[in-house]
Amino acid sequence: MEVLMSVVIGIIFSVSIYLFLSKSIIRVILGSLLISHGVHLLLITMSGLQRGGPPLLGLEAEAYTDPLPQALVLTAIVISFGVTAFLLVMAYRTFKEHKTDNLEELRGSADE
Amino acid sequence: MSNLVILPIIIPFIIGAVLIIFAKHHRLQRVISGFTAVGMLILTIYLAFLVYQDGNIVLEASNWPAPFGIVLVADMLATLMLLLTSIISTACLFFAFQTVSSDREKFYFYPFFFFLIVGVNGAFLTGDIFNLFVFFEVMLLSSYALIVHGGTKYQLRESFKYVIINVFASALFVVAVAWLYSVTGTLNMAHISQRVAELEQTGVINVIAILFFIVFASKGALFPLYFWLPRSYYGPPAAIAALFGGLLTKVGIYAIIRVFTLIFYHEPTFTHKGIIVTIAGFTMVLGVLGAVSQFDFKRILSYHIISQVGYMVMGLGIFTPLAVAGAVYYIVHHMIVKTALFLFAGATERITGTTDLRKMGGLIKTHPVLAWLFFISAISLAGIPPFSGFFSKFPIILAGFQEGQHVISGIALLVGLLTLFSMMKIFSYAFWGKQKHTSEQAKTPIGKLLLPIVPLVALTIILGIAAEPIFQYSLLVSEQIMDPSIYIESVLKE
Repeated sequence: MEVLMSVVIGIIFSVSIYLFLSKSIIRVILGSLLISHGVHLLLITMSGLQRGGPPLLGLEAEAYTDPLPQALVLTAIVISFGVTAFLLVMAYRTFKEHKTDNLEELRGSADE
Repeated sequence: MSNLVILPIIIPFIIGAVLIIFAKHHRLQRVISGFTAVGMLILTIYLAFLVYQDGNIVLEASNWPAPFGIVLVADMLATLMLLLTSIISTACLFFAFQTVSSDREKFYFYPFFFFLIVGVNGAFLTGDIFNLFVFFEVMLLSSYALIVHGGTKYQLRESFKYVIINVFASALFVVAVAWLYSVTGTLNMAHISQRVAELEQTGVINVIAILFFIVFASKGALFPLYFWLPRSYYGPPAAIAALFGGLLTKVGIYAIIRVFTLIFYHEPTFTHKGIIVTIAGFTMVLGVLGAVSQFDFKRILSYHIISQVGYMVMGLGIFTPLAVAGAVYYIVHHMIVKTALFLFAGATERITGTTDLRKMGGLIKTHPVLAWLFFISAISLAGIPPFSGFFSKFPIILAGFQEGQHVISGIALLVGLLTLFSMMKIFSYAFWGKQKHTSEQAKTPIGKLLLPIVPLVALTIILGIAAEPIFQYSLLVSEQIMDPSIYIESVLKE
């Protein structure tokens, strides 16, 4: 299972890097969205996908799952959600001001 | 008593939230934020004094014992950084009162300002690696908002690049934390340090160390990840640019120093003396060359941030108590002087209406006080005694020669010379020569603008003249962080 997840994470990372390197603002944002998904999957996978009962006092089980990565991933999801929302608003404003979403045209002139 | 440690995080957080409600009341906003900033200054001085006297203060959140819960650790380095943050933020805030337009004030300038301080203070205080990520994000999100604040065409265009590079670096940060967690099985930095010491720093742990270095290097603007800095810091108004220039990259540097003295300190010949010193050399040279090639007040200063971040990292890379003390002293000096210089750029912009050096001239005749105060800060930045720049570069370069790192020390000396050259370029273009601003502009009163800058200039003079006690303090800080067992014992109480 972990190996399969690693392959999936690898694919997600490569796709998001491809999107990061494209020239359209919205694609770059999709890249950042996708890389955060890849990172979250990585966070869950790295601690081992062990199965077991919830780690509660008084609960007898053969194995317990590690609750920490789940807490971490929840925090990370919330953060990336906020950042993506901000990025979308900013991209919209950039488009309104510059009338383009092509990053090539947003390079800025050499003399400033 | 240990609850005191959370105050530098919780006070700006509450005040920032309260200020959202009063967003339309300019005067009230200014009064509240002014008093808060001064209060924070007093609090951080007290905290620094307390830690200096009684040793580290550790707060275990909700009383969860150390490796399991989140801890906040106030050691000497953290409290020093907190103190510097309050000094700089107070100066920038009082400068912002006079320069930030009321449109910007109405759109939540002060709340974002304080949320930024929350993130920065949290990053300095936390003793938990994931918590460090969270506070970095708090800081970055507020900085995204502040850097586009006002929404001019230029700001929108350049901030997008700033945001994207930071989002990418944050993704790598989570990757690094995930790997570290899977190897060590803990997130508490003191506990990680213990586990890494048991595992020995080889193979995968070295990879993780380098990944952390890449993450913090892109936030701290090290070679080759500094390209976003000069352009994005040019956009926002001077008060924000000064805050960013003085503060934000130094949070990245603080994180590098913390991680590479507390956790990954077992292989100094590979990580410190190999990679970090090399990167520091490139950062210094390319940053200063960028500054030399520019003809814009703010851009020259932005490129100098890059070259000077190199000095701090070089101090860490040489990795002797003397060099690290020099790096700490350099951070103190740099944060104060760089903020002052950016505020000077704002003050001259108020007079001449431009930051292009070729369109300025003769300011020394119409505004002599501004000119001479700038002169002091400029030569302090270049490292001319008796100001703080000299006494902070001296131990770093001395330690470099002692350790036989002749190349990097030579580079550091050369870069100092080029720094002097480009600062003198600003001085001779903007202040000497024929007067290029109109006689009406010459009458612009800037006395009030200079008020927040004067304490910073006074501080660089004091840091230079009273170099001995302050250097002793830096040496204490460096001895404390070079000995991770002090940090570990205070957190895990063994």
